[in-house]
Amino acid sequence: MQQKKRFNTTFWLLIVPVLLWLVVLIVLPHLDLLISSFQVKNSAGENVFSLNNYLAFFNNDIYWGTFLKTAGYAVFVTLLAFVISFPVAFYLTKVISKKYAGLLVLLLLIPLWVGELVTVYGWMILLGDHGVINHFLLFLGMIDKPINMLYTDLSMVIGLLYMSMLFMVVPIMTTLESLDDAYIEAASDLGAGKWTIFTKIIIPYSMPGIISGAIIVFMLVIGDFLAPDILGGKHSLWFTEQIYSKFLQTFNWGEGAAFGFLLLFLSSAIVWLALKLSGQKLEKVGS
Amino acid sequence: MDTILEIKKLSKHFADFTSVDGIDFSVEEGGFFSILGPSGCGKTTLLRMISGFEEESEGEILIRGKSMKGVPPEQRPVNIVFQSLALFPMMNVKENVAFGLKRKKLQKNVIDHKVAQMLGRVGLSGFERKKVTELSGGQRQRVAIARSLVMEPSILLLDEPLGALDRKLREHMKIELKLLQKELGTTFIYITHDQSEALVMSDKIAVMNKGRFEQVDTPRELYKNPKTAFVASFVGESNRFEIIHKEGDVLTTKGQWKLTKSGLDFTPVVLYIRPEAFILSPTEERKDISVFEVTIKTVLFDGANTKLSTFAQGSDDEILISLPQNAHFEDLCEGDTIQVGVHQDDLKCYEEE
Ligand SMILES: Nc1ncnc2c1ncn2[C@@H]1O[C@H](COP(=O)(O)OP(=O)(O)OP(=O)(O)O)[C@@H](O)[C@H]1O
Ligand SMILES: [Mg+2]
Repeated sequence: MQQKKRFNTTFWLLIVPVLLWLVVLIVLPHLDLLISSFQVKNSAGENVFSLNNYLAFFNNDIYWGTFLKTAGYAVFVTLLAFVISFPVAFYLTKVISKKYAGLLVLLLLIPLWVGELVTVYGWMILLGDHGVINHFLLFLGMIDKPINMLYTDLSMVIGLLYMSMLFMVVPIMTTLESLDDAYIEAASDLGAGKWTIFTKIIIPYSMPGIISGAIIVFMLVIGDFLAPDILGGKHSLWFTEQIYSKFLQTFNWGEGAAFGFLLLFLSSAIVWLALKLSGQKLEKVGS
Repeated sequence: MDTILEIKKLSKHFADFTSVDGIDFSVEEGGFFSILGPSGCGKTTLLRMISGFEEESEGEILIRGKSMKGVPPEQRPVNIVFQSLALFPMMNVKENVAFGLKRKKLQKNVIDHKVAQMLGRVGLSGFERKKVTELSGGQRQRVAIARSLVMEPSILLLDEPLGALDRKLREHMKIELKLLQKELGTTFIYITHDQSEALVMSDKIAVMNKGRFEQVDTPRELYKNPKTAFVASFVGESNRFEIIHKEGDVLTTKGQWKLTKSGLDFTPVVLYIRPEAFILSPTEERKDISVFEVTIKTVLFDGANTKLSTFAQGSDDEILISLPQNAHFEDLCEGDTIQVGVHQDDLKCYEEE
């Protein structure tokens, strides 16, 4: 009994700051937004309850079309991030010695240190018509006029990939680190070739890491603004850009707020669906 | 009996260390062959070379007369039960056992049948859908063995598979493994540093030390006639005495205790006597039995393993003597002096340590 009571005091001491932080900084501002998302101004200029802000999304195919496109790209970037990150994570944990792995992970962290804006401008310098890559290719004589890479879907995907990849690498590395080499040897002893070991042992074992990495990357990408806005072209309209223009260009805060919540719920729904389809449980992924 | 495995002059050198040092031996079909040795003597390295995970530096491995040089692990007719078991945690019991069969591309109903049969053999019927993480130590053990055995290997290699179990379960599994091996007739090569495991289960035991085999023999021979001082000290319990002097048939130990052994054609430096080799209160006087008096220091009671810790009269050599738990010797206690005899064949003398 005594034990239990003490535990409760500690528990509350620890939970109160967390709750305060959640309520004051996250719930309250969003509550305000949530309310305004259900309000429109009537002819007298008063705020009245309405679902119009939400209906606007479904009634206008530009809006939900943009959302679908954004979600599609986010899924694509997530898949791409997985394809690139897995070999990187495997190399860092299983191939090279621990000593160098630490250093290389540190290098991977650099884009995070300098911030997304700086890396995005970095990519502009690299990809521009008069940028480093074109300059180099021209110099080598491999092309005779600059390739248009900047302000396209390609440059946008590169930017998104670059800022989110690390969040895929790290969780995969964590699961791979706990993968005992004896599993690989046991599989090979039982007659499995390299490909079978990869698909039947290594991938299933690191599934929790892959899924948690995928969720983070997907959420980061679908909610990103800078990379699509700066690196993407006129045609690569991102859903966050639409929210931005609602707030700051047309000053329609109600619709902006409604779109924000739609983004939150729809992307959560996609994650939930993906978890269901892959047969993974959120508790397991989180650990 | 046919020879199933032949090892010729096998060595493994690591950068700065020789782990296996020129080993020669062969194993007969259907035998239970144990490799017994202290930690770090190279047992796992030897096994890993046989299974193909480690490449030999020198020498040759032949299985059924076929050289294994360059044959990858997945193509060798051997299977291994790892020291850590290495059951796949993301698969259930059935999937673990079926893993190897699926790689052989057998039909589903054949696989199901074989898996069910093997699980029945190891007493795990009905556990098919259990996660391996939900099993007890002994059950995990049996899944690991079933997973390898279901492949019907020519040779099953086991690397200290009972190491992680508690003593009671180990005793039980020891017997079960031996019965399973007899029933299936598969050749087992079993690694252990526990001499009692090796003695109970094996047809033949190789005692390994510092990368070499000291002696390869049946358990009985190994116990009765250890060829080297290392074997005498490692297999079973022994009293060890350093010899400082030999005059005719009389040996003098460092503690100034005298023993007689005839027919020695060298001067030994150490001598080993097993605790149970001593005869308490010998009734008849025979010339090949040395008789002397000892004083009991303590009685180390351990059921059937009870021993007397004693001093030989007129010396400071401590001698451990087995005490049979029968009514005859019941009232022996501290400070008593008794007559003890030892047959000269039970004095194991060695020229070097
Ligand atoms: N990859 C390696 N590089 C260098 N030395 C090694 C390597 N693998 C093993 N050794 C050395 O070889 C020796 C034998 O190792 P091994 O694993 O075969 O011992 P073991 O007899 O199985 O011991 P245990 O009973 O503790 O499992 C050890 O001293 C070990 O340090
Ligand atoms: Mg070992």
